[in-house]
Amino acid sequence: MPPTDRTPGPDVLSLQQIVAQGQHVMTVCNACRYCEQFCPVFPAMEERLTFAEADLNYLANLCHNCGECLYACQYAPPHEFGINVPRTLAEIRLRSYEQYCWPRAFGAAFKAHGTLTALTLAAGLTLLMFAATWTMNGDALRESNPGGDFYAIVPHAVMVALFGSVGLFVLTALGAGTIRFWRDVHRGPAAGLTAAALGHGWREAMTLRHLHTTGVDCTSAEEVRTPWRRWFHHCTSYGFLLSFASTTVAAIYHTVFGWHAPYAYSSFPVVLGTLGGAGLLMGPAGLFALRRRRDPALGDPAQEGLDESFIALLFLTSLTGLLLLVLRDRAIMAPLLLVHLGLVLTLFLSLPYGKFVHGFYRTAALVKYAVETAARPDVRSASDTR
Amino acid sequence: MRPELATDVASQPFDVAVIGGGNAGLCAALSAADAGARVVVVECAPKAFRGGNSRHTRNLRCMHDAPTDILSDAYSEDEYVGDLMRVTEGRTDAPLARLLVRASADCPAWVRRFGGRLQPSLRGTLHLGRTNAFFLGGGKALMNSYYGAASRLGIDVVYDAEVVGLGLVDGRFTAARICAGGDARDVRARAAVLATGGFESNIEWLRDAWGDAADNFIIRGTPYNTGTVLRVMLDAGAQPVGDARACHAIAVDARAPKFDGGIVTRLDSVPLGIAVNNRGERFYDEGEDFWPKRYAIWGGLIARQPDQMAFSIVDAKVAGRFMPSVFPPIVASSIRELARLLDLPPDTLDTTVAAYNAAVRPGSFDHSVLDDCRTAGLHPPKSHWALPIDTPPFWGYPLRPGITFTYLGLKVDERARVLMSNGEPAANIYAAGEIMAGNILRKGYIAGVGMTIGTVIGRIAGGEAAGHAAH
Repeated sequence: MPPTDRTPGPDVLSLQQIVAQGQHVMTVCNACRYCEQFCPVFPAMEERLTFAEADLNYLANLCHNCGECLYACQYAPPHEFGINVPRTLAEIRLRSYEQYCWPRAFGAAFKAHGTLTALTLAAGLTLLMFAATWTMNGDALRESNPGGDFYAIVPHAVMVALFGSVGLFVLTALGAGTIRFWRDVHRGPAAGLTAAALGHGWREAMTLRHLHTTGVDCTSAEEVRTPWRRWFHHCTSYGFLLSFASTTVAAIYHTVFGWHAPYAYSSFPVVLGTLGGAGLLMGPAGLFALRRRRDPALGDPAQEGLDESFIALLFLTSLTGLLLLVLRDRAIMAPLLLVHLGLVLTLFLSLPYGKFVHGFYRTAALVKYAVETAARPDVRSASDTR
Repeated sequence: MRPELATDVASQPFDVAVIGGGNAGLCAALSAADAGARVVVVECAPKAFRGGNSRHTRNLRCMHDAPTDILSDAYSEDEYVGDLMRVTEGRTDAPLARLLVRASADCPAWVRRFGGRLQPSLRGTLHLGRTNAFFLGGGKALMNSYYGAASRLGIDVVYDAEVVGLGLVDGRFTAARICAGGDARDVRARAAVLATGGFESNIEWLRDAWGDAADNFIIRGTPYNTGTVLRVMLDAGAQPVGDARACHAIAVDARAPKFDGGIVTRLDSVPLGIAVNNRGERFYDEGEDFWPKRYAIWGGLIARQPDQMAFSIVDAKVAGRFMPSVFPPIVASSIRELARLLDLPPDTLDTTVAAYNAAVRPGSFDHSVLDDCRTAGLHPPKSHWALPIDTPPFWGYPLRPGITFTYLGLKVDERARVLMSNGEPAANIYAAGEIMAGNILRKGYIAGVGMTIGTVIGRIAGGEAAGHAAH
């Protein structure tokens, strides 16, 4: 086992190098096992003697990057074995996003991410919509008081057609990627994929249990443990879900009951959207601040753009959405709406090709872990001990 | 921890100077600070490698009268003392051993008090689930917790500082001469706790004891245990305990790094196959007893083989039945081919394996008990788990002696005071950890007792040193 000697840095590693490094790390870990009770990654690793690429992809997506195992590691750099599990698995995770992405040709997008790229795309889409609206609905755009009616600017049918088709594509792409991931990492009989395993994996994903499995919070530096990463992530993910719910409820209002927007501030969709929007302001802002302060050794420097562009899009989408709510009766509503829609469109399009996919693969990995654990009662769940 | 510490430390006298920043040193420092003393820890290693051999440990052995959240059943004082008596064949300081065992009951609470986290035994170490409390994440995680607690308690830590001499006036400690960043300085203190471990990384010293064989030893732990302070104290008339050849040494993969390979280089395949020296001949009963009870004699056994080399050979039947090693096996489809790959004489190895296979009696193989698979009429015999080596692919692992720690140390009394050759304790010098472990174990070992010694004696030494400084 030649210890791979490479200096950490934002260098781009070849797939071969990443897999070799992953195998080196897992071989050392498997002979040591001191980290066994930190999280599911280690018990799952112990079930394997060799580590094929699919095994590494599974373990990488099981990792929540809590960081405990780096500081606990007697072989962490500058030791000649150079074991940094969180970073190595982060590098493999990124590769797995590219590998399972659908259509595969779009996988290159994962490397191209950057906040500037995302904002340029958003600006471009906004301009495009502005031009389209100007051409087709110029009068409404020039109207000084649109009266809070978004559909006066962009007709309901246009919105449904645009976001419906994009949404459908996004769901298809996310679903296809997740299925590809599942099929690759869960070879062998389909047995074991029970409702219980699904529920277990889903619960663990939604509670982020493995950011505090051992009863204490995850690290941001050696001996620095805070709950903030978990809470800001909750703000973000639940904020996203609430915003999604708000849109869904509004769509039902419109199509089923014929109740048309704008809705009152106290209405169900607006309350949901406001709560969600608040979460999507606090969460991403908090995650951004934490990310900047976190020990850089814990992450893959090549993923800064991936993470921060997603954070920026979520934050700006929410910010413009909330501003739109507050300013919907003002003249600025029309341009603001177009900016907001440009951001939403960019966010949507980037979902299957950006950081968002981690939620799907991690949940799938947690489900697989639940399947494995159920099949082997001797695999002690990390949470059974403190 | 203040910046520019190295310049500060020289200018201020401390109450207690702790030499060595492993488990024993940190426990002494925390205990002294807890008693109100101003403490400095002088650590030889840079921060990344702090903690001595403790960074490679994973548990400590503690007595308990009833099941706890991490330990099953009970492990009584008498049983624990009995285990120590058995492995040391009675060569122990009995009162000190009993004191250690009694105080071990409180170790889990102590660990937790300073932020350490404990867990039940790891998978594959269930035989330790009753006796040993495991550190969540291992010994380095525990050291991080202790250093974190030290920082909160205002303990100064100097890294990268090798103690090159001790200021001793009439047997009293006055200062430690440290060499940090090329400069020599004195760290003055009213009392000192010596917690510098053994001398196993001092190859010259090992050579004094073992001759040229020492060059072929692999040091499993820190390269910073050079024994300088131990030597200074012995030269100054401290009473030694144990002899220079006494050590804990196991079979490690010969491809391991010279230092600091830790746990992952050990090889557990020996009882499942045969072990030969570089002449291709067997030299010891591989199946004498359960591996956890026997693995610690294999370092010494290999050290006595030509060129301090041995080879573990197993076949496909037992692959996957032992903990994977960090190094891949050398694989061959025949014994002769394996011999060539391992650079062993093919004829001899072939004969050895054939003779062994012919001597294996039928039995029912069960790795979890002392089974009835044994050889007949073979010398040396293989008493258990003897299966013919006949199913390719054949696996070979090269082995070297891997020293975990040495036992030669300083004699102490029950207050952890270093005893001088006149039988009197030094006025203000205390010792804890491996540097005095020989008081309790001059030979043999039971898992986790090293960390217990460091914790218990470290606490005593720190408290005593703080008490001395206060007067």
